[in-house]
Amino acid sequence: MSAPGVDRHRGTRSLQTIAQAVLTPPERCPGLAVARLDRRGFLQLTGLAGGGLMLAFSLRPAGAATDPAGATADRDTLAPSAYLRISTAGILIHATQPECGQGVKTAMPMIIAEELDAAWSDVEVRQSWISEADFGRQFAGGSTGIPRVWLPMRRAGAVARAMLLAAAAERWGVAVEECTTANSHVLHASSGRRAAYIALAEAAAHLPVPDPDHIPLKSREAFRLLGTRITGVDNTALVTGQPLFGSDQQLPDMLHAAYVKCPAIGGRVRSANLDVIRALPGIESAFILEGNGDLTELKPGIAILGRETWAVMQAREALEVEWDETGAARDDWAETRAQALRLAEAAGAERLAAHGDTAKALAEAATTVEALYSYAFVAHAQLEPQTCTAWYHADEGRMELWAPTQTPQRAVSNVAGLLGLDEAAITLHQLRMGGGFGRRLVNDPVCEAAAIAYRVGRPVKLQWTREDDMRHDYLRAGGFHALKGAVDPEGRAVAWQNHFITFTADGRTPVFGGHLQPTEDLGHLIANFRLERTQLPWLSPCGFWRAPGASVFAFALQGFLHELSTAAGRDHLEFLLEILGEPRWLEPDNTWALHTGRAADVLKLAAAQAGWGRPLPEGHALGLAFYFSHAAHVAQVAEVSVEDGQRIRVHEVTVACDVGQIVNLSGAENQSEGSVIDGLSAMAGQQLTHEQGRVRESNFDRYPLLRMPQAPRVRTHFIQSDWAPTGLGEPVLPPVAPAVCNAVYTACGRRIRHLPISQDGFTLV
Amino acid sequence: MSTLRLEVNGQDHILENVPDDMPLLWVLRDRLGLVGTRYGCGIAECGACTVHLGGSPVRACQVPARAAAGQPVTTIEGLAQPDGTLHPLQQAWIDHDVAQCGYCQSGQLMSAAALLARHQAPSDADIDAAMAGNLCRCGTYLRIRRAIHDAAGRRQAIET
Repeated sequence: MSAPGVDRHRGTRSLQTIAQAVLTPPERCPGLAVARLDRRGFLQLTGLAGGGLMLAFSLRPAGAATDPAGATADRDTLAPSAYLRISTAGILIHATQPECGQGVKTAMPMIIAEELDAAWSDVEVRQSWISEADFGRQFAGGSTGIPRVWLPMRRAGAVARAMLLAAAAERWGVAVEECTTANSHVLHASSGRRAAYIALAEAAAHLPVPDPDHIPLKSREAFRLLGTRITGVDNTALVTGQPLFGSDQQLPDMLHAAYVKCPAIGGRVRSANLDVIRALPGIESAFILEGNGDLTELKPGIAILGRETWAVMQAREALEVEWDETGAARDDWAETRAQALRLAEAAGAERLAAHGDTAKALAEAATTVEALYSYAFVAHAQLEPQTCTAWYHADEGRMELWAPTQTPQRAVSNVAGLLGLDEAAITLHQLRMGGGFGRRLVNDPVCEAAAIAYRVGRPVKLQWTREDDMRHDYLRAGGFHALKGAVDPEGRAVAWQNHFITFTADGRTPVFGGHLQPTEDLGHLIANFRLERTQLPWLSPCGFWRAPGASVFAFALQGFLHELSTAAGRDHLEFLLEILGEPRWLEPDNTWALHTGRAADVLKLAAAQAGWGRPLPEGHALGLAFYFSHAAHVAQVAEVSVEDGQRIRVHEVTVACDVGQIVNLSGAENQSEGSVIDGLSAMAGQQLTHEQGRVRESNFDRYPLLRMPQAPRVRTHFIQSDWAPTGLGEPVLPPVAPAVCNAVYTACGRRIRHLPISQDGFTLV
Repeated sequence: MSTLRLEVNGQDHILENVPDDMPLLWVLRDRLGLVGTRYGCGIAECGACTVHLGGSPVRACQVPARAAAGQPVTTIEGLAQPDGTLHPLQQAWIDHDVAQCGYCQSGQLMSAAALLARHQAPSDADIDAAMAGNLCRCGTYLRIRRAIHDAAGRRQAIET
């Protein structure tokens, strides 16, 4: 099944590592179940994912954390951890995790400021440097950011607050218990004294740093900042067009670069008219790089360097390359789809899970339903095409990178391995990303820029075109589900069979996005359940696309549940609640797992807020879906109408969501609205169709994103439970497509079973 | 190749050896360092590079720089008053916390500013029509709509 000449294992090495980081098994994820854990348990958790987070407090003396950008903190600066600096100059909080639009550059400093009791208007936020010793793991992926930092950042704020309190009490000669804090000040109520944090910082800096493990934290009722709406810290810079993004970097004597790769993934350069290219106006050099054999690092290609982007783009037009496509991908979507449809009629190649006797239950049931669901491959299409700026300071043997990446620490090790450099010789500046959605977990553009810059010894900005970006993506895998279900005469679900057809590059394991866990299929709650799998060969690399797996499994599984409830003549809400059953954790002692009570609560809330069962305008219908992913319970109701059986108008989407405590309500609502629109966008018309290993859709003319007139109203309702917060970048997306498609069926009787819906003539208006 | 005189954000620039087909986008970004105008698609599908040419919104990736000579160009860097006072839309964008990643927002603001210059109080349909050419992959359309209504209301409140 694997192509000759391409080492598939090596070809996905980085992706395997990223998967370990992003798809950490729930029981190993830190910070969440903390309310129930003793200190030893907490240290184990933070130790697993946080590395030196706690050490940052206890081992580094005040002011000793090294900031390569802003010099070491002075003796008059309170810096009990690398997270913050307080001095007469003000209160500075470091944003440590990469910002790709998910809002962590604002939300995470809010967590520190809350426990510090700082007035938000007094806080300056700056993007931090990269250091595992100072900040633990720095990456943006898997909606794990907020849960990873929740406790360490609260403790960082609380430690500083305790030191400021102690400094004030000492200065005033009063007991520390008599002092309180508010709005960046320490107060002593009985004497009416008050001192600003910035005036106390120098005294506090000389006090011992308290043990963060034993520092008292606020109760939820005491929160003043968390749960409120705070506008993003970069917003002024954004609306005035300041340089913020990867592609905005400008350095003296900088060259602009393109890197041209084989349109069929895995192809190599046999020959190219480099002499012609080098002679073109504005071009400084052109050369071939062989690649390092890892598709997630450096593919073979041709670097073209010039003094301006336009000169490079023009030179590309004149480039003639003969590719060696031995071992390159020959994926063909039409052929593959036809093959999958044939296979769907047979039993799966392997059984992933089963209980009860599904065959018998299906054979004996009063009512059975069969359906085939499918979804196509899609691209990330983040609005900023891939870019990275690199400068190899040859005289010092030092590499400097300006990289918009979701995995900055991984990028450093990628480049170190690629070029044989010591990691300490690489400095990576974290830049705001023009969207990530999982694409920037992979650092191929960083590797390309570094390899080119290493060769020329001048600053180089690599800029992919939109076409480069769409042709060299790590795809959301397509897939197929041949589903069978049965209901008994009372209308209860009694059997569920899912033959899942996915893809494999190595002939053994599924591609990323092709891992369907039996527990993710709610059918496993039904008495007779069987999950089978067949894998088809596919070589174009797949990766992590917002809510990997969940984003499409939800469409098939929640759609088919609606088919069953319809066949049973049941109300969909009642049918879903019945399957969920009594409130319980589905995996005992794992508070990252699905809790059927939390699931039922969001379903009931969404239904109540959307007016489930109310009379609707002529031609309108409601559709319901629930999905659990990234430790979040999300239910949605979509209100739609359908014209001419094809033109779908989504009027409103009601979201009910339980991710525990909300950090920044504005950011949370924005993620919810954006996820709904993103889900509709992918549902409506996005697909990549491959032919001879080549992607046919390479720009927005053939790969449409949703536009403003198509955007529905979105109303979001959070259940702010006492659970520690979990991430919100992804989990609102999965239920959108099934909620809308279920509503379309109710509105017009046409069942949508294939994504994008444009394949069957549907459009979103 | 030619020498061009371009007026951008009220400043005159003499630019030498500009290729005849070089889009305004790359002159702004690579020659003038005005990187707030962003590249998203290169085929006028996404609107990230929207600027005003003679007061009208255009896609800078499609307009050759030499076609822009003789008409004032306004970019996102020139949307605020010279004294730094923000355009009502910029303030509304901050107040409504519109952006997620923010990459498209320069173009969104320039399209919205052109709309408000023509329509004092645009309806939802006016806004949809004027903004349909600007893609936001993060899906901030609902906030953009609210921010435009808000800015229009504010401006009217100031003027009446």
